[in-house]
Amino acid sequence: MEDIKKLLAKVAPGKEVAEGTQYPTIELEPNEVRAVAKKLKEAGFDYLINLTGVDYTDALGTVYHISSSTNKTAVVVLKTKTADRENPVLYTVCDIWKSADLYEREVFDFYGIRFIDHPDMRRIFLRGDWKGFPFRKDYNEVNEMPTTNVNIDDLETLPSITFDKEGKIVEKTKQLFDNNEYVVNFGPQHPATHGVLHLRVSLDGEIVKKVDPNFGYIHRGIEKMCESLTYPQILPYTERLDYLSGSINRHAFCMCVEKAAGIEVPQRAQYIRCIFDELTRIASHLLGWGCMAMDMGAITAFIYGMRDREKIMDIFEENAGGRLMPAYSIIGGLTKDVVPNFQQTISEFVAYMRESIKEYHTLFTGNPIATGRMHNVGWLTKETAVALGTTGPTGRASGWSNDVRKIAPYAAYDKVKFKEVLRNTDTCKGDSFDRYIIRLDEVLESLNIIEQLNENLPDDGVNVKVPAIVKLPEGEYYQRAESARGDFGVYIKSDGNKNPYRVKFRSPCMTLISALDPLCKGEKIADLITIGASLDYVIPCADR
Amino acid sequence: MEVKNLRVKSMNHVTFNDNEYLEQYVEELKKGGVNVAIGCLDDCINWGRSHSVWPLTFATACCGIEFMCVGAARTDFARFGWEVTRNSPRQSDVVFVAGTIVNKMAPVLKRLYDQMAEPKYVIAMGGCAISGGPFKNSYNVVKGVNEIIPVDVYVPGCPPRPNAVLYGMLQMERKIKLEGFFKLPKKPAITPEEKVWAERLAKEEEARKAAKGIK
Repeated sequence: MEDIKKLLAKVAPGKEVAEGTQYPTIELEPNEVRAVAKKLKEAGFDYLINLTGVDYTDALGTVYHISSSTNKTAVVVLKTKTADRENPVLYTVCDIWKSADLYEREVFDFYGIRFIDHPDMRRIFLRGDWKGFPFRKDYNEVNEMPTTNVNIDDLETLPSITFDKEGKIVEKTKQLFDNNEYVVNFGPQHPATHGVLHLRVSLDGEIVKKVDPNFGYIHRGIEKMCESLTYPQILPYTERLDYLSGSINRHAFCMCVEKAAGIEVPQRAQYIRCIFDELTRIASHLLGWGCMAMDMGAITAFIYGMRDREKIMDIFEENAGGRLMPAYSIIGGLTKDVVPNFQQTISEFVAYMRESIKEYHTLFTGNPIATGRMHNVGWLTKETAVALGTTGPTGRASGWSNDVRKIAPYAAYDKVKFKEVLRNTDTCKGDSFDRYIIRLDEVLESLNIIEQLNENLPDDGVNVKVPAIVKLPEGEYYQRAESARGDFGVYIKSDGNKNPYRVKFRSPCMTLISALDPLCKGEKIADLITIGASLDYVIPCADR
Repeated sequence: MEVKNLRVKSMNHVTFNDNEYLEQYVEELKKGGVNVAIGCLDDCINWGRSHSVWPLTFATACCGIEFMCVGAARTDFARFGWEVTRNSPRQSDVVFVAGTIVNKMAPVLKRLYDQMAEPKYVIAMGGCAISGGPFKNSYNVVKGVNEIIPVDVYVPGCPPRPNAVLYGMLQMERKIKLEGFFKLPKKPAITPEEKVWAERLAKEEEARKAAKGIK
């Protein structure tokens, strides 16, 4: 903490580091952001975790959470705001951190803040004809359900703003594709997009030249809804973001609120939460494995994966009550204690699953068709992974150590021994096969964690008494958790009321989708499916 | 199953009796007499149709995962002849609307439905497809797919269990069996929702033409 503060004093001289915040925070004027960001990047802060837009009612602003791929535990927060609500502009950082590209488009979509020199200021989630900016506090437009698809044409022109020679802001447009380019529409209704994602793929024969993802076909506005709900009411929505790592998301949100409200959760609850997180991760990886195999034409693998997934669903149902959405964690602990034979069921499952993984390898990993489709396809280098912020198994397959369970241990993860599954730490380059195999390896590692937690389950109750209306003290809170797809984050800005002022969920899937373009460039169109499956994204998590 | 003296607001007593009322209704209709040949042919064709329904693989959100579970090993819907999931709407008979439909997706879903061949059916799966579910208050969510397309069977849940989906499928089968195949409309019947839709479309078309004319 102290050396980060020294570094901040060096990169932003004269700026005060705010006291009493979770991470070192500095507030900047809009025109200072780029200079500080560049210096931070040079000092090793190359991973932009999150970029959040905030409406301060008198001003509109952004919050940057920045970390590093080398000094992993360090997190710095930059803040900036502009008082102009009519035509707000800020400076882009998307050339410094590439992941800011989509985040800034999102901020424009929600708040109407345009970023100077950002090459692509289209709306990202909402339709082009949408009136108003829904996340502003004074938003009261009525948008009717559209009936035609005519606005799809707007996807071609990329508006942007920049300075001319006299220093005035001018508007520019650019065409996304040339007139003679051959563009194929992929989705939104396509079984291999894992949801409703619309990709526009420019082709040269069979070779992919450019991929342009078009989001928003499942944008449900969860974050805006959260602003009018109380903290316990938000919990079910967190599970429906990334439904495959539902209990992890819920756990992360509970932790964020508990940390802010100063609620101490019993050890037993933390252990059981971690067991459920790992079970969720296994279930997610099994489904990801099955779907990847199915995308390559192997139905059997999918059936096998789902067969073992049902065993996890049974454990969820027996203990929590829910299947896909266990709804187990609440603020202050768990809804109820586990059933008496929980420990025995878990140990039986661990033994069973270890055998199953061997079966999976025999069934699919060595298959010549599968290996031919996966080896040497979709190379992702470590630098690109860090720049795009593709965390989780995808980043680790390229040798980027980014496991939040190791970096910032939460709940019971500091009490168990496990190793972070990494591949290609020497070559710093991962292909589809690495991303495939790392998931199966992670399942084995998760089983180790579950076994250790299950054997040492403490006995001190599963929840503490929490008032029905939870009020958080004024301030900003951020909590990271390792979901099945990577670095999941919860940002809460509270003004002391019973409902939050702003909630933002850092979605690991959005950055994964942004990796499609650099990964698929130069590959065959058929490999787009394999690469997409190997990234294992969930669209409702990206769209929120 | 015989349930007596149950009182639930807005739910008929017969609904508890495993929905037998549909069959009873048809029995009553047939009392008046039905053409023997066509009646038998109807039964025969519908028996075949109802046991070979091809669903469209359409899933937007969480319910899609439970839909996949219905297709997987434990609750295998191949037992009922539903296993041929088609990726093209032109080849499918039924669409499971599994997940939330938002404003941007609504025209796409409508187009998918229009591309399906008659006779076609819709199953609204989960709270979001029925009424907007937990996202009802959102600025971008369609409050139930029946605003866009006519729905045959509603399967409640968030998400519904695979067993619930199977029950919904069996209700769908029962509904198909009751239809007079030779009486099915050649042209799709225009439902009130579709009428509203057509009016809106015409209005937008007019507005577009007017805008072009000014330019």
